[in-house]
Amino acid sequence: MGKGLKVLLAAVAVALTVTAVTLAATTRTGATSDTLVFGTASEPTSLDGAVVSDGESLRVIDQITEGLVGLKNGTTVIVPKLATSWRASNGGKVWSFKLRKGVRFQDGTPFNAKAVCANFNRWYNFTGAFASDSTSYYYYTVFGGYKKPAKGLTNTPLYRSCKAVGDSTAVITLRRPNSAFLGALSLTAFGMQSPAAMAKYGANKGTLSKDGVFTPGGQYGVPGGFAVGTGPFKLESWKIGDKLVIVRNDSYWGKKAILRRVIFRAIPDNAARLQALQTGEIQGYDLVEPQDIPTVQKDSKLKVLDRPAFNVAYVTINQAVKPFDNPLVRQAVAYGLDRAGVVKSFYAGRGTVADEFMPPEVVGYSKTVPKYTYNPEKAKQLLQKAGLTLPVEVEFWYPTDVSRPYMPDPARNFQAFAASLDKSGFKVIPKSAPWRPDYVSRVQSGTAGALNLIGWTGDFGDPDNFIGTFFRTKQGQWGFNNPQLFALLNKALIETNLTKRAALYRQANNMIMKFLPGVPYVHTKPALAFQKNVVGYIPSPVSLEPFSTVRFVG
Amino acid sequence: MLRFAVRRLILLVPILIGLSLLVFIWIRALPGSPAQALLGERATDESIAQVRNQYGLDEPIYEQYWRYLQTVGSGDLGTSIASRRPITEEIQDRFPATVELAISAMLFATLIGIPLGFVAAKRHGGAVDHASLFVSLIGVSIPIFFLALLLKWAFAVELGWLPSVGRQDVLIDAEHPTNFYVLDGIITGNWNAAWDAIKHLILPAIALGSIPLAIIARITRASVLDVQNEDYVRTARAKGISSSAVDRRHVLRNAMLPISTIVGLQVGLLLSGAILTETVFAFPGIGTWLQMAIVNRDYPVIQGGVLFVAIIVVLVNLLVDISYGFLNPRIRLAGR
Repeated sequence: MGKGLKVLLAAVAVALTVTAVTLAATTRTGATSDTLVFGTASEPTSLDGAVVSDGESLRVIDQITEGLVGLKNGTTVIVPKLATSWRASNGGKVWSFKLRKGVRFQDGTPFNAKAVCANFNRWYNFTGAFASDSTSYYYYTVFGGYKKPAKGLTNTPLYRSCKAVGDSTAVITLRRPNSAFLGALSLTAFGMQSPAAMAKYGANKGTLSKDGVFTPGGQYGVPGGFAVGTGPFKLESWKIGDKLVIVRNDSYWGKKAILRRVIFRAIPDNAARLQALQTGEIQGYDLVEPQDIPTVQKDSKLKVLDRPAFNVAYVTINQAVKPFDNPLVRQAVAYGLDRAGVVKSFYAGRGTVADEFMPPEVVGYSKTVPKYTYNPEKAKQLLQKAGLTLPVEVEFWYPTDVSRPYMPDPARNFQAFAASLDKSGFKVIPKSAPWRPDYVSRVQSGTAGALNLIGWTGDFGDPDNFIGTFFRTKQGQWGFNNPQLFALLNKALIETNLTKRAALYRQANNMIMKFLPGVPYVHTKPALAFQKNVVGYIPSPVSLEPFSTVRFVG
Repeated sequence: MLRFAVRRLILLVPILIGLSLLVFIWIRALPGSPAQALLGERATDESIAQVRNQYGLDEPIYEQYWRYLQTVGSGDLGTSIASRRPITEEIQDRFPATVELAISAMLFATLIGIPLGFVAAKRHGGAVDHASLFVSLIGVSIPIFFLALLLKWAFAVELGWLPSVGRQDVLIDAEHPTNFYVLDGIITGNWNAAWDAIKHLILPAIALGSIPLAIIARITRASVLDVQNEDYVRTARAKGISSSAVDRRHVLRNAMLPISTIVGLQVGLLLSGAILTETVFAFPGIGTWLQMAIVNRDYPVIQGGVLFVAIIVVLVNLLVDISYGFLNPRIRLAGR
């Protein structure tokens, strides 16, 4: 062998050894006690709350901005935030908000009634690329439309005007009574942003690129840019592929954050996020895969936090398909589905059997709905009572190529349900379609058999977002027309007295579960994982989780 | 030489048009649509129609393709649906990461592969030769992602010697004027940041470099075996030139030609391997970006990203061809 090569080989060997020794001497990455590193599944899309709907954007924005109302930590109970009190008048069309005094945005400008109106008017006046339910999803969903109708979208705006009465009262007038509006204002999308900063950094600049994608034009909410609210943290920096840093807002009006810094780090791969938690490179992450939960639980340095369930999986019963218009047959379906068995077998302890179409955390949940425990004999008797010859054939659809939090493996749910229905006097004809593009539109248009598997994750903590979305109007999915139910849900929607409103929704839930438009079967709770020395993180059903209460112990 | 390069560059045009058409059709053949990916189960027929209209997905496919060609022709690769940022901007952020990783992998592969192959050839039939064959066989046959997971589990999770994700510890405050993190650390005099970036490169580079290493070792071995029996080598030895000088001047120099071809061809392999390696190590390069784009059905990113990667591969191959000329004057002459 040549001398030169010997030297080269020796050099490589020495380099490798030195590297290994040096590395062995370095310790694992550890957090400093005033900085928390949180692993996210992706980079945020934007830090302008009005133009996003993805969880990773909302998680960060929620630390920077605040709404007029908020939610009590860990619940869906509405509490004062930037508004200290509010009053509805004119049958729920005029909402007057008394604002907290002495609050300033992080850029030093005052928060007042003018700022509130500037935010509301900004949303209402969205045009072009902004006025689309793929850009301003939450505004469109809650407020029904914009001042200038957007191309291709139904436009039924709820908002009429906002008036600043002095500095500390904002009066918002709606076009029709609506009470879901108040709860919706707790959404991160409706956080108050500094009008001065939005103007300075061009928050309303945005275009459609040549291939039709909304592109922010200014420096507001974009990587390397600005976002200004009143919240306990303020934006320090955001560099794509590296990190997003927020720091404590030392002039916050309320209880100040304990941590000095929170760093969000995107790690798209689920397994990589778990390993980064194990190595200490991050101290917490969201959306832990069910199969990873035992690993976290076994690790003495880690812990799992449960987020209360905020979803529902259910079996649709399409009444346009005979004989499912007969209540006895629908009851037979409910008794014939082994819901407890499915929840026990396929949800790894993360699910609870659902008895109604909304999770127990939502106001208006009823404890007195009729229950349908699996009973094949009773199902058969009901079918016979309905005058049918057994077995009754039923086309039952399930989606493929999909895993949802409320339905990790649809095929297994389907197989178990089909088996239990076959024992209950039915003969299931299995049908499936890929989730995209066929399944969801088939279910919605009512062309996915008499029975199908589907579910829903709530957008915000209002009962209308669950049972209102499903049953307030006539829909192809369910194939029924029940004016009494529609009327009750529309009455509940506009009731401004919260106690009366809750009672109306309880009544509606009872009515629904008696009427049985479908059979809800599971609510699942997502999991978060943290290092054990991280305390004070309060999981919320709607994922509004402040980092300001988080701290390290030990 | 110049004519040769120009001819190759002109050939690039039909290759890229063909490739863009292929990618365009392939993406549209995937099940699902960006409209539904954007809207999830909230999608109503109306909102899907609006999104399709907004993104021009309801136009005939040939019109969409024509529009796409026009946009690309003007140097605009489009805008990502998921991040809402221009694709050229995303590439500026992410491509340096992939280049840094690819260079590290290639350094690892050549620094170990060439000496390994050379020693194996010199000890032909001996224990070292067999060992090197065995190592290269493992290198070629072990799937990259498996090796990546294994390395990560052993050296990051269990031993804690090396970081498991990313390009740099997020607690380090560093400036990134070029987006090449090692270089940035050196330029700004932040040695801690540079060393940390190197630490983040070690495991991904080994995982990504394993296949090129095995191939390079084998080709070096075969090539050296061939060359060292050539007449001119024997003549040199007969003239009494020292063994190391013969190896350096005659054996290795001539053996380098096939090796450089292989190194050039590995670039394509490195870029495809980067998708797997980057995903495992959450390394924010082109690979993770494309992988997320496929999951999200982010058409513009898949189209623009694949086209960009293709251009890089073709350009690198061109550079390899040109570099032959310097290594071997015979090719330079043939090119005239």
